[in-house]
Amino acid sequence: MAELSGKYLVGVYDDDDTVLHAVPRLRKAGVKIKEVYSPFPIHGLDEALGHPRTRIGIAAFMFGVTGCCTALTMMIWMMGIDWPMIVGGKDPISIPNYIPITFELTVLFTAFGMVITFFISNGLGPGTHFHPRFDVRSTDNKFVMAIDLGRNSMSIEDISRALKDSGAEEVNIKQF
Amino acid sequence: MASAHSIPSIEERFEFTSGAKRNLLIGGGIGLGLVLLGVYLAATGGSGHEAAASGAEHAAAAVGHGAAEHAATGHEAAEGHGANWMTRVWANLWVNAVYFAGISVIGMFFISYNYLAQAGWSAVFKRVPEALPAFLPITGIVMLVTFFLGGHDLFHWTHEGLYEVGGPEYDPIIAGKRGFLNTPFFVFRLVFYFVVWYGLWRVIRNLSLQEDEIGGTEFYEKSIRFGTAFLVIFGVTSSTSAWDFVMSVDTHWFSTMFGWYTLASWHVAGLAVITLTIVMLRERGYLRAVNSSHLRDLGKFVFAFSIFWTYVWFAQFLLIYYANLPEENIYYIERFRGHGGFFKAPFFITLLLNFFFPFLVLMTRDAKFTHSILKVACWSVIIGHYMDFYTNIMPGTLGANAGFGPLEWGFFLLFICAFGYSVASQLEKANLIPRNHPMLEESLHHDIA
Repeated sequence: MAELSGKYLVGVYDDDDTVLHAVPRLRKAGVKIKEVYSPFPIHGLDEALGHPRTRIGIAAFMFGVTGCCTALTMMIWMMGIDWPMIVGGKDPISIPNYIPITFELTVLFTAFGMVITFFISNGLGPGTHFHPRFDVRSTDNKFVMAIDLGRNSMSIEDISRALKDSGAEEVNIKQF
Repeated sequence: MASAHSIPSIEERFEFTSGAKRNLLIGGGIGLGLVLLGVYLAATGGSGHEAAASGAEHAAAAVGHGAAEHAATGHEAAEGHGANWMTRVWANLWVNAVYFAGISVIGMFFISYNYLAQAGWSAVFKRVPEALPAFLPITGIVMLVTFFLGGHDLFHWTHEGLYEVGGPEYDPIIAGKRGFLNTPFFVFRLVFYFVVWYGLWRVIRNLSLQEDEIGGTEFYEKSIRFGTAFLVIFGVTSSTSAWDFVMSVDTHWFSTMFGWYTLASWHVAGLAVITLTIVMLRERGYLRAVNSSHLRDLGKFVFAFSIFWTYVWFAQFLLIYYANLPEENIYYIERFRGHGGFFKAPFFITLLLNFFFPFLVLMTRDAKFTHSILKVACWSVIIGHYMDFYTNIMPGTLGANAGFGPLEWGFFLLFICAFGYSVASQLEKANLIPRNHPMLEESLHHDIA
């Protein structure tokens, strides 16, 4: 269905509770929901949408380990091997002295790494161009559900009806 | 219960079964047996460390001579080997009493800050931390008796000669601390801590039990006020009690981090006990209303505060290491190299059990609500912080005469069983899930996704 790619059906809801209950109902009916946009976080929506659990924790751990190793390697190399220096009467390589900086770099790498990962995986930040605005009211007082027609096998009419039945007050078609 | 605002009420009585009682009594009996075995071994000179360390002790003493701290241990050792096992018994009683007094009072601490923050999530298992402080009087009495009978052996500052100007034992540093470290004031403080901690707990406990019967928000409001009063008092007394109970053993030495250090130690151990109790109750079919979100938050608490303890530990270590002043260094030299290197192992085991193990094991999300992992991590923290108090108190009291054998294991087991008995009897006294608690509804729906 190539003619449908980039085409979205947008359901606009008035109430967070309605949209929360609409999600499982629509999924049960076979509608694949791309995303729900809301002015505030809705408790339980993530599970209802069936999004896979975020793996940012694993990424964070990897970034942390990288930061920790970077800091230790850097300091051991600089202070202990390349230009050995005695500071405060301690050995050139004295791990306790390195702990605060190791901690800082671990935290720094983790924090920056997570933010950058988040931006990349969400298509945000410089160099990214596709920022669909399904309905500007989703930042104000409406709850907006986007359905990618290119990824749904149901007909537009069926999905529209299902959206209306689940409590959507408007159903619009958006083309990007 | 027709009103829309009615608070759910879950009937759940904990039954302290005769089987559990018997197991705890058997455990305590084994502990007592080990203690007697340990005393026998120590009294007949069978303590392996004592013989092995006697040669090495001279080397250790030579290291520490500059700081004069070894005057204390040298003096203790000179009192003759016959009395050593008695000192070891007092020291063990003191270590365990301090540790379990801390865990008990953390129950009150936990309740108080939850009231002050008007926390909702913890209401469902509130009875568990509430049950801990009932053990306070026992530890208080043990400490008072130990101080009166064995204080002279444990606390160098109780020696009268130190304060005689011009006398052979005169010690200007300790004499300068006399305004704070003197027997009447020490005993007054000891009694004051326990009376105030226990008294405020009784007030909160009674309010909680009355709330069960009568209901309404009046008890909740009152609990917030008494909890806040406790926090203000505990803010000061947690530090001063740490100086009194632990730091005054090494009379010359001081660290401005020490109050926090001990509080961090007590706190994470108390949280581990609370978590472990909840997990054990759940395994026996109680507290099914505690869901995975509660367990995860408790796991986070243990995880976070084991890191906090390490942070304080390291902050204390790094400053002393970096400044390299003899009068401060002596604390670590005694533990790394002193007394034949005996305390080196417990010193590093402490770090392993209290930081690396819980840190790595509790890091993932799912670990924090998996019963078996929570249990292993909590036991690691509980044993690790016992070792923490052991390494803090033993070098200054026993020094080269310290050991780790049946005596130590026996006392620890005895205290654990007595503590468990006390907690279980308290849990039995009230409905396991508080009735009419204003935050119960919120707590039952606790969900952190």
